[in-house]
Amino acid sequence: MKESVGTTGLILNESLLWEKGKKGRCGFSLPRRDVESFPLHQELTGEGPDFPDLSEIDVVRHYTRLSQWNFGVDTGMYPLGSCTMKYSPKTNEKQASLPGFAGAHPLLPATLSQGALKMMFELEQYLAEITGMDATTLQPAAGAHGELTGILLIYAFHKKKGAQRSKIIVPDTAHGTNPASVALCGYRPVLVRSNEQGILSVEAVAEVMDEDTAGIMVTNPNTLGLFEENSQKIAEIVHAKGGLVYCDGANMNAVMGIVQMGKIGVDVMHLNLHKTFSTPHGGGGPGSGPVCVKSELEPFLPVPRVIKENGRYVLAEDYPESVGKVAAFHGSFGVMIKAYSYIRTMGPKNLKKASQLAVLNANYIKERLKGILHLAYDRPCMHECVFSDEHQKAGKVTTLDMAKRLMDYGFHPPTVYFPLVVNGAIMVEPTETESKEEIDQFIEAFKAVVNEARQDPDRLHDAPKRCKVKRLDEVAAARKPCLAG
Amino acid sequence: MLYLPHTGEDIASMLQVVGVDDLDGLFSTVPEDCRCKGDLNLPEQLSEWELNDHMEALSHSMAVSPEYRVFAGAGSYEHFIPASVSYLLGRSEFVTSYTPYQPEMSQGTLQAIYEYQTLAARLLGMEITTASHYDGATALAESLLMAIRVTRRRKVATSSLIHPVYRQVVKTYFEPTGYEVVELGYLKNGVTDLAELDDMDDLAAVAVQSPNFFGCIENLQAVGEKAHDKEALFIASFTEALAYGLLKNPGSQGADIACGEGQSLGIPRSFGGPALGMLASIKKFMRSLPGRLVGQTKDLDGKRGFVLTLATREQHIRREKATSNICTNNSLCALAAAMYMASVGGTGIRELARLNHDKAEYLKKELKKAGFTITFDSPTFNEFVVEFPDGFEATYKRLLEKKIVPGISLAPYYPELANHYLLCVTETMSRDDMDILVREIKS
Repeated sequence: MKESVGTTGLILNESLLWEKGKKGRCGFSLPRRDVESFPLHQELTGEGPDFPDLSEIDVVRHYTRLSQWNFGVDTGMYPLGSCTMKYSPKTNEKQASLPGFAGAHPLLPATLSQGALKMMFELEQYLAEITGMDATTLQPAAGAHGELTGILLIYAFHKKKGAQRSKIIVPDTAHGTNPASVALCGYRPVLVRSNEQGILSVEAVAEVMDEDTAGIMVTNPNTLGLFEENSQKIAEIVHAKGGLVYCDGANMNAVMGIVQMGKIGVDVMHLNLHKTFSTPHGGGGPGSGPVCVKSELEPFLPVPRVIKENGRYVLAEDYPESVGKVAAFHGSFGVMIKAYSYIRTMGPKNLKKASQLAVLNANYIKERLKGILHLAYDRPCMHECVFSDEHQKAGKVTTLDMAKRLMDYGFHPPTVYFPLVVNGAIMVEPTETESKEEIDQFIEAFKAVVNEARQDPDRLHDAPKRCKVKRLDEVAAARKPCLAG
Repeated sequence: MLYLPHTGEDIASMLQVVGVDDLDGLFSTVPEDCRCKGDLNLPEQLSEWELNDHMEALSHSMAVSPEYRVFAGAGSYEHFIPASVSYLLGRSEFVTSYTPYQPEMSQGTLQAIYEYQTLAARLLGMEITTASHYDGATALAESLLMAIRVTRRRKVATSSLIHPVYRQVVKTYFEPTGYEVVELGYLKNGVTDLAELDDMDDLAAVAVQSPNFFGCIENLQAVGEKAHDKEALFIASFTEALAYGLLKNPGSQGADIACGEGQSLGIPRSFGGPALGMLASIKKFMRSLPGRLVGQTKDLDGKRGFVLTLATREQHIRREKATSNICTNNSLCALAAAMYMASVGGTGIRELARLNHDKAEYLKKELKKAGFTITFDSPTFNEFVVEFPDGFEATYKRLLEKKIVPGISLAPYYPELANHYLLCVTETMSRDDMDILVREIKS
């Protein structure tokens, strides 16, 4: 094995912001005062916030040190399952920060914002093409926000038909946000279990689908990294009873140019631009969760919509059946630019290639690790594969222990304990941007960890040892919450 | 392709390990009739340099400063952002990490968000702030739903001077729930008519924005007292967070929840997003809050550290009984706000807020001098409403040609306010800019 990339490095300590600074310092160049001062009634003014006063270098060192305690895709492999931590191209950041985009006011007249509207119009079309759907809204700000929007569309569809329904089918292999999104729209999620192959069976759906069920919310490929092979037949059953099919497209990275969901019975789906389309995750956002629909749901899409009239782009509000608005303005515009740039620089062939290589990387890891880790479902996977700690349990080593030890080898751990259908799940999604060498090194590191689990389990129990902090007491944090200093 | 590192040799050897002949063979579990026929119909790939040209051309068609003088606020404000903030925010350790599920590898994000929570709480005068929401509008919608959960009542009252698009978002969120929203009208002086509350019962919350959509400063203390008389929660909404550098904060006036938009705190306008939804509450409602929270704790050696906490409220554990479905939030925007608040500092934010107020007052004074009517006489922060004479649309168009955007027309949102415009002035406008505006309107 090559030398592990994990090292103790040079990690500096850094106090909290308000433990630093001195009254009277400032890290901001205050603009010139070129007007007189106007009094404001004392009753209206407060004392001003108790912020520390810091100079520019105080602030710069503070955040530089903090950043060094973080691990990102630019630091190393981040095989967090279901999160698609692929490389975020730098040119996309540059495009989003062009002054014409970054400085634009959202309520500018359309005549003064043609570039932004054209970009949005085209991105909507690209996403519709990739998913095989008819229309797109870019307004939702994240995946779960897209889910909410999609379910609102389903709600509006049934309402217009004059017969609202009360339930939505959600499989056990769906994303964790799905039941909460369903509940926000007043529907009751009905759980259906995946079969022994890890996918939905036609029979299981047929058994629960009825005329009081608004639809089904399927994650495809599902959270076990498996393609829902029966999706077309399932869609037929749901449609026959007047329901709609929602596809959680968070895992679209597996099937770009390979499956167009709109062509296999999906009526509405969301995409995560911060997963499939390479925009960075930002430590937990901002994301963007566009929703693509078939034409029967198009009248309900949020407003305003970008349309093209006589060669000019305009924002149109006049859609009486629209669900309204899910965000103040147009959604995460800055994120859209990055995704747009990604699609334009990849082109149709490379998007497909990206999916193929993402699936190749996952299957390669699956084959090379399945001898030492328990593989939950031993069949061809899509972009991710799910192992468990089944083989390590007897030695009192858990998924969490292995995850923490991987950090010492210089890798971000996979997603752990999700999906819930696999006990002690270890969900690995390498993405296509990891090279064979990186992946080989990850595999060797995991093998070394599994070896240690056998020979010296305490080394795992005490891990990680090379991070800024050791294992943190999460129970104490929740029992006596300290949420502000 | 520069983002795809595999060589032909890599692919061949990996396929061999997997045991399939070619890349297509990897998709054996996708039924034949589910597969795409032919290539996606998308434009052919651009080189990095071609992309630069293409995007430059698109961005050049946008009306932005310094070429344009844009006197528009209405929920999206132009403020100076120090180079140090943009530079630090570009640190890829922050940008390319994910939600800090593994705290030992994410202490940078976690401490930074804990600091954001603290500074935001101090700005708003509240005890707890969440790690962020999508924008001010969704933060308001989630706050109202939270009030409904806390009080177990089904009706909320919202001021008609809350940003009109925020109210539209609330309406959309509420549509399938069966909960009721009643709107409070406004008075001649441009503030919410609180007397309408007298006949209302069983309210979960009363929500009022200050400064409101007309820029007027509301008497939040009075709103709080009225709301609490009715045993309803008082929600203070805002679109211009910088105002609390100068004005009394929501917490000191009895707010139970404060929510709104934090874009002013170091985040570019970017055509309206990504933005920063801020949501804060008093401690009592800690366990009812929607969204992520970062808490302080200790590691095995007793060293200070930070983790995501109170996850039992959240969707991945509580599923359909969660306090929200939010997962990805706007963490990097919260980080920008923290960097901005740290850079401006306590002394700086007060001076900066005062400057915003004073510049807006200067323009108000000059417009009055030029014979235009300032519609509402309540005190304002950095925005206010002006009534222009009939036929102002032509002047508006003429000004656009002169690269001046003289505010936002109120007529689409308040049909009774034809010829009324909402103007905004921040520290980025010089006295010359304002003088030019007045001169051009008059001419």
